[in-house]
Amino acid sequence: MAMTAVRGRLAGAPPDPKAPITPKNFHSKDIVVLVLAIGGSFGLTWLLFSQLLPLQGLQGFLIFWAFAFICMYYVAVRDMDGKMVARDRVMAAIVTVAAIGITIPLILLLAYVTLQGIRFVRLAFFTTTMADVGPLSPATETGGLHAIVGTLEQVGIAMLISVPLGVMTAIYLNEVRGRLQKPVRVFVDAMSGTPSIVAGLFIFAVLVSSHGFSGFAAALALAVLMLPTVTRATEVVLRLVPDGLREASLALGSPEWRTTMRVVLPTARSGVITAILLGVARVIGETAPLIMTAFGSTTLNTNPFSGPQAALPLATFQLARSSQQADIDRAWVFALVLIGIVLVLFVTARRFSARQFGRR
Amino acid sequence: MATTNTEIVLDGELGDEHGAAELVAEGVHAWFGDHHVLGDINLDMPARSITALIGPSGCGKSTFLRILNRMHELVPSAQLAGQIRLNGVDIYSRNVRATDVRRRIGMVFQKPNPFPAMSISENVLSGLRLSGVKVSNKEKGDLVEQTLHRAGLWNEVKNRLDNPGGALSGGQQQRLCIARSLAVRPQVLLMDEPCSALDPTSTGRIEETMHELVETVTIVIVTHNMQQAQRVSSHCAFFNVDEGEPGGIVEIGTTKQIFEDPVDARTADYVHGRFG
Repeated sequence: MAMTAVRGRLAGAPPDPKAPITPKNFHSKDIVVLVLAIGGSFGLTWLLFSQLLPLQGLQGFLIFWAFAFICMYYVAVRDMDGKMVARDRVMAAIVTVAAIGITIPLILLLAYVTLQGIRFVRLAFFTTTMADVGPLSPATETGGLHAIVGTLEQVGIAMLISVPLGVMTAIYLNEVRGRLQKPVRVFVDAMSGTPSIVAGLFIFAVLVSSHGFSGFAAALALAVLMLPTVTRATEVVLRLVPDGLREASLALGSPEWRTTMRVVLPTARSGVITAILLGVARVIGETAPLIMTAFGSTTLNTNPFSGPQAALPLATFQLARSSQQADIDRAWVFALVLIGIVLVLFVTARRFSARQFGRR
Repeated sequence: MATTNTEIVLDGELGDEHGAAELVAEGVHAWFGDHHVLGDINLDMPARSITALIGPSGCGKSTFLRILNRMHELVPSAQLAGQIRLNGVDIYSRNVRATDVRRRIGMVFQKPNPFPAMSISENVLSGLRLSGVKVSNKEKGDLVEQTLHRAGLWNEVKNRLDNPGGALSGGQQQRLCIARSLAVRPQVLLMDEPCSALDPTSTGRIEETMHELVETVTIVIVTHNMQQAQRVSSHCAFFNVDEGEPGGIVEIGTTKQIFEDPVDARTADYVHGRFG
């Protein structure tokens, strides 16, 4: 109250005591300095690049611009507000520039794939297969139904195998804490470093060489890759459930398994869903293990247990190796649809688990 | 777990599970690994009474409390000796299951811990679900209302029983935990500094609740608050620990006697605030 009174006296008009004060750290003069630093560094970089020095290239330009901006911003703020504020502002600026820098490749990737693939996407992609399409057919005549069905079936079966196993292993590691805890953890960590081609080779030797190619074999290879991710991520989430809840449940007379099933897992539900998603993200785009297990196909095979099956990343790979431009264009379409499916998956799952930790 | 008493106890039969029960501790010792934390505790906690365990920090009161409902054995390095008798039956005897003991001897913790993934009414009923007791849907509503009344929370939450259990104030959460413990109809309720994290108003409500409960549930409360011990309890046990010695009971008596006319000098020093 005293402060507002003092400000009122200085400003000449008494401020309304009920009006809320919103303290700001970044006033209009700071915005001006920031804009001028950005503009000035851009101008300097342009001048150096186009007129004075033999430097070339967009990447060089951007890096030099960022560097010049940081220097200019630091000097300007230091002159105005002193060293400490200057250091603080520059750190914020560096972190922001880094964050922007990271999004650029991602945006470029998405944009490029979309641009390349979108011109050849037709509705028929989702309803027909490549059975009647040859390398010389135009790229607009692409069918992806067999690949979509294949990917969904293979990843689905992989989930059915690895999610229960992974969650149960995580429960063993964190809740039960048996004597095998250390060896199991070592094995899970080692498994997470398995090269995907090795997983594919393993299933090839064990299953495919005797039973032939199948979507199920591909699912097994994917499960091998998915299991350690799901286990570790679930374990981390289970650790976050406060011990007080377990104690409360045990003090009510609950046996330990019921405590885990009815209290710990429901509390960690959104985290477990995220862990499963991480596992799916790990494998949905895997190509190497599919080469020797699902093998790929141009016709629709809805039976994952017999016969080679196509998959989106596998089809992308096989088409991209072709010498025909139409096939390469087709590969972009498959890649675009794969990215689209992953995006839809993640958005729905984020919405599903966006509730606060433990709440309904 | 050594049993030195040769009295014949009904092995595996905890007896009638209704009504407040008497708890007797005899010759209780406790260790965490090699560290001897409690030595030779003998205490009688009569039925339908409130017994307060007072004493400075670190003297083993909470450890003793956890021995009373077999939570002590959940710590991997924990060991104990002695007997704890619930209405005459040793709760550590071979045929008695720990989960049965914990259903009859409930516990309320220092930090309120309602289950955040459940609604308020689900929290109240969780004790029954978790211990495997089946309740018909008709009885569920009555039970929720009854226990929330007993815990002194009904009026504040009767219109939002389906809200998540974590969305309450600290005092309300603690009363919800008390309701949750009461729903399984325990014979004894152990309270480990239940009001230490709460404001005076909530503390007062909970103390009122304790007075109402004592006719049907024996209460044993650990408290650092001397005034609270005087307000609520009828019997007191003063725990103390010396350097290098295991914790033990110095004096037992009625609350009136402990606070107005203590026998031991250490008790007098503690209750008059000269240490601890």
